[in-house]
Amino acid sequence: MKAVMDPIIGRYLNLELEGRAHRIYFEEAGQGIPLLCLHTAGSDGRQYRALMNDEEITARFRVISFDMPWHGKSSPPEGWQEETYKLTSDAYVNMVLAVSQALSLDRPVAMGCSIGGRIVLHLARRHPERFRALIGLQSGGHVDPYYDLDWLYRSDTHGEVAAAVVSGLVAPTAPHKECWETLWHYMQGGPGIFKGDLYFYKFEGDIRAMLGEIDVTKCPVHLLTGEYDYSCTPEDTKAVAAEIGVEPIIMKDMGHFPMSENPAMFRKYLLPVLKEIEAQEPAA
Amino acid sequence: MITQMKSRLNANARLVERGRLVSGTVLMRVGDDAYKLIFDKGGLVDIQQGPFPMPNVDFTISAAAEEWRDFWQPVPKPGSHDLMAMLKRRVLTLEGNMHLFMSNLFYFKAVFALLREEKGQ
Repeated sequence: MKAVMDPIIGRYLNLELEGRAHRIYFEEAGQGIPLLCLHTAGSDGRQYRALMNDEEITARFRVISFDMPWHGKSSPPEGWQEETYKLTSDAYVNMVLAVSQALSLDRPVAMGCSIGGRIVLHLARRHPERFRALIGLQSGGHVDPYYDLDWLYRSDTHGEVAAAVVSGLVAPTAPHKECWETLWHYMQGGPGIFKGDLYFYKFEGDIRAMLGEIDVTKCPVHLLTGEYDYSCTPEDTKAVAAEIGVEPIIMKDMGHFPMSENPAMFRKYLLPVLKEIEAQEPAA
Repeated sequence: MITQMKSRLNANARLVERGRLVSGTVLMRVGDDAYKLIFDKGGLVDIQQGPFPMPNVDFTISAAAEEWRDFWQPVPKPGSHDLMAMLKRRVLTLEGNMHLFMSNLFYFKAVFALLREEKGQ
């Protein structure tokens, strides 16, 4: 096998988040409209590598994906050993804006999946002027817990349990290679991090009562959800779409991780959305 | 049909290895039928059919016969494709000490899917 280099560049960004110094790892590829990608709970930015290797996308978009603090190659802040990690809407919104500003992104498109799909709804409500479009993958207003989340933060179940809990969220029709790569990322999450993200996803980040405050004429919102997702179900996304007045796209034979579980199929759904976003740009 | 789990599991060395820490008894309810699955170091030693008036087991997993049938389809429909999906729909019940189940979740998901018609795991 001939050795081939990916076109992806990875770097570290030092910045302040919530008043504390952070070292954030991000990767990028391509040139053009900035497309800031947000990973799922308990995983990291590797989920978007197929997108960053997709020349049809990187020819027109600067695809950027960062690891949230405590995830992937982004370290937790100094003193982390004395606290329990818990993600909140405010911290998450501020993090996306801070990374965008630090990288001098001009009104990027933000695309997030799962918790990322939820936060784009918060961004649409609070800061529509900062984005030229928002894409929510597996976006729902709220998810009720359907298992005891304490299992996710125990020294005697850690690692495999996070991946095993989400394994069924991958569609059974997904290619095995991509399915198990997606699960590997979950196995590598730090102790308690998946659970800490789910605090936002299943409790604090409930946006149902505020969906009426989203004005999609200020910033277009696109919603795409896989039919095999039982965490954020197609019905959950349809409810959000009806509330904010957009047409959702339900992806057949797809689960909760479209960009990483089945990139070849996902691009067929994503490319028309990206074309639509390009078409809304004023002529140069 | 349930008894096929034993030969399929014991023939799958990788799955037995994945369950190397699993020894214990699980009660599986398929509608009104009950089965005791007796595990030892990831292998299935025995499957006993009920009824069991006073089962002494580590945990019990229960669903209606038609729910298990949907779960065992070669390509199950959304919502029937995973134990957690069935749990979310409240059609699967898990009772007892969940530590054995949750600390070996990959293993048990695969074991209960062994009766799925072939399409490759």
